Amino acid sequence: MSNVTVPADESGQAWDIEAQASLSHTALARLLRRPSFLVAAFIVVLMIVIAAVPQAFAGWFGHGDPRACDLVNSAIGPSSGHPFGFDKQGCDVYANVIYGTRDSISIGLLASMFGLVMAVVLGSVSGYYLGVVDAIVSRLSDVFFGFPFLLGALVLLTAFRAHNVWTVSLAIALFTWPTLTRLMRASMLTAKEHDYVLAARSLGASDWRLIRRHLLPNAIAPVIVISALGVGAVIAAEATLTFLGVGLQQPAISWGLQLSDAQSDFQVYPHLLIFPALFLSLTVLAFIVLGDALEDVLDPRRNDD
Amino acid sequence: MTIDQTPLLAVRDLRVDFTVRRCVLNAVRGVSFTLTRGETLAVLGESGSGKSVTAQAVMGLLDPRRAAVSGAVEFAGIDLLRTHRAERRRYQGRRIAMIFQDALAALNPVVSVGSQIAEVLRVHDGASKSAARTRAIELMDRVRISAAASRYDSYPHQLSGGMRQRIMIAMALALQPDILIADEPTTALDVTVQAQIMQLLMQLRDDTGMALLFITHDLAVSAEVADRIAVMYSGRIVESGSAAEVYANPRHPYTAGLLNSVPRVAARGRRLTPIAGSPPSLTALPSGCTFHPRCPIARDICRTDDPPVLTTSPGHTSACHFAEEVHREPVG
Repeated sequence: MSNVTVPADESGQAWDIEAQASLSHTALARLLRRPSFLVAAFIVVLMIVIAAVPQAFAGWFGHGDPRACDLVNSAIGPSSGHPFGFDKQGCDVYANVIYGTRDSISIGLLASMFGLVMAVVLGSVSGYYLGVVDAIVSRLSDVFFGFPFLLGALVLLTAFRAHNVWTVSLAIALFTWPTLTRLMRASMLTAKEHDYVLAARSLGASDWRLIRRHLLPNAIAPVIVISALGVGAVIAAEATLTFLGVGLQQPAISWGLQLSDAQSDFQVYPHLLIFPALFLSLTVLAFIVLGDALEDVLDPRRNDD
Repeated sequence: MTIDQTPLLAVRDLRVDFTVRRCVLNAVRGVSFTLTRGETLAVLGESGSGKSVTAQAVMGLLDPRRAAVSGAVEFAGIDLLRTHRAERRRYQGRRIAMIFQDALAALNPVVSVGSQIAEVLRVHDGASKSAARTRAIELMDRVRISAAASRYDSYPHQLSGGMRQRIMIAMALALQPDILIADEPTTALDVTVQAQIMQLLMQLRDDTGMALLFITHDLAVSAEVADRIAVMYSGRIVESGSAAEVYANPRHPYTAGLLNSVPRVAARGRRLTPIAGSPPSLTALPSGCTFHPRCPIARDICRTDDPPVLTTSPGHTSACHFAEEVHREPVG
């Protein structure tokens, strides 16, 4: 074998030009070629902007105050200057839908964030250390997992005195974290078995460094994707809870409240239901599409087609 | 090459037991060897012989919840098995480094290869980001990755198998270790690439004076690179000695069997002589000498007594009751 002639350097050839581009660049380029991503991103950004500065949008048709109500106009359908019509109290539905964006989006993002943070911390610690920590976290998540979400949230929110964005988000997050934590733990267990973890340890990496640098980046993707997909579901859950009367309360403005108000009359006045529901569905859908796209971005191995 | 005779690494009576579902597997059963500066020791054995587990035990990579490690792993006189975890980390990478069989699996898929090398430098040497980058590119250059700077930002899956192994080597060499453990570094590669990687490893060994613990199942490769050879079978070192001596004059029937089963140009047209049977399961090791069911010269004592390690000539040991009777098949 000693007299085998060795070709100069195998590393010189077969070099993929695309491989030289950085991760963020190729991932972004690929996403920008997907129309569904562009539409979804546009809707999500628009909703977030509306949530941040509703006053800039509410006045487009000349009646921007959601609380300027006149019973004379009760439940009048779409008309000039009031494209979405009036609700039963005679308030402008368009202004209400626009102002309702804020609470709905806030709860969607906040609850998802709470759930994600809890899942990442608890899931990675229990998956990495196993043993007692894992037993405690897993049994605790089993307990919460056992509650039917609606029933649990109903009971919890009934017990809370304040029904604002924070308490509703917390109540929702309390029932979404077990699923995410299990996913994070499972994903951590898979990541742990890889040789690169062994290789990093052979180079003297500490537990903290292993988790932060080698395990989390490889294990977190599914959890992020599921929470992003879940933003839509959380917004819908807020609407559900509010519709059932335990979510946000008047005088707050949210899509859920509007749908709740519409429940007794929507057969006669469909516009009370259609417009808030349209915004809600669009936002939920947009977050789901975005979550799907995230899945592609987070894994560099998927960027070389 | 001059070899400093005080051992850099001395492994004494290393034992590793795995407990799997209440069943104890003796993966390594009393392995002892030494390694001096600049020396290359090839640990030769088939799958399941315990060679990789030995390497991982020396590196301290076995999960203490799954594997019980006993014996001594002395690095420059300090028993690593008895040092605290945090203390031990100071040896990992800096004094003893390791490269793995499958470089794709051993590199973090979501971090660019350059930053993986740079990270080692940043963590251990506290190098600044730009200094680490420069140094990482130098290291990539040193393991002969052409256009190293342009590949700094590549991800492992974008490189060829040979290049990935070069990256692994660069990472392992980053801290200038005294000992490099190479666990079948070329098994996953094409033959031509294997030769390049071996050449590179040999050259780096000669340049840096590090010792090389080379884990392999490849008789030809170990014959070429090793100063000394240790042959493992079912968790024990059955024969060890200088490479030339072991190849010319095997003193254990297993080694002799391995050498006889290698095809030779000179013996063209003759049937190969395989070793009968297959390696024992770790859950059911044979009594006495674990090789006896496959051994052509086994006698009654082999079924009852595990042979001690005998020194057959200076520096050449064999764990066989009848070491003197073993002969390599005549070549020709």
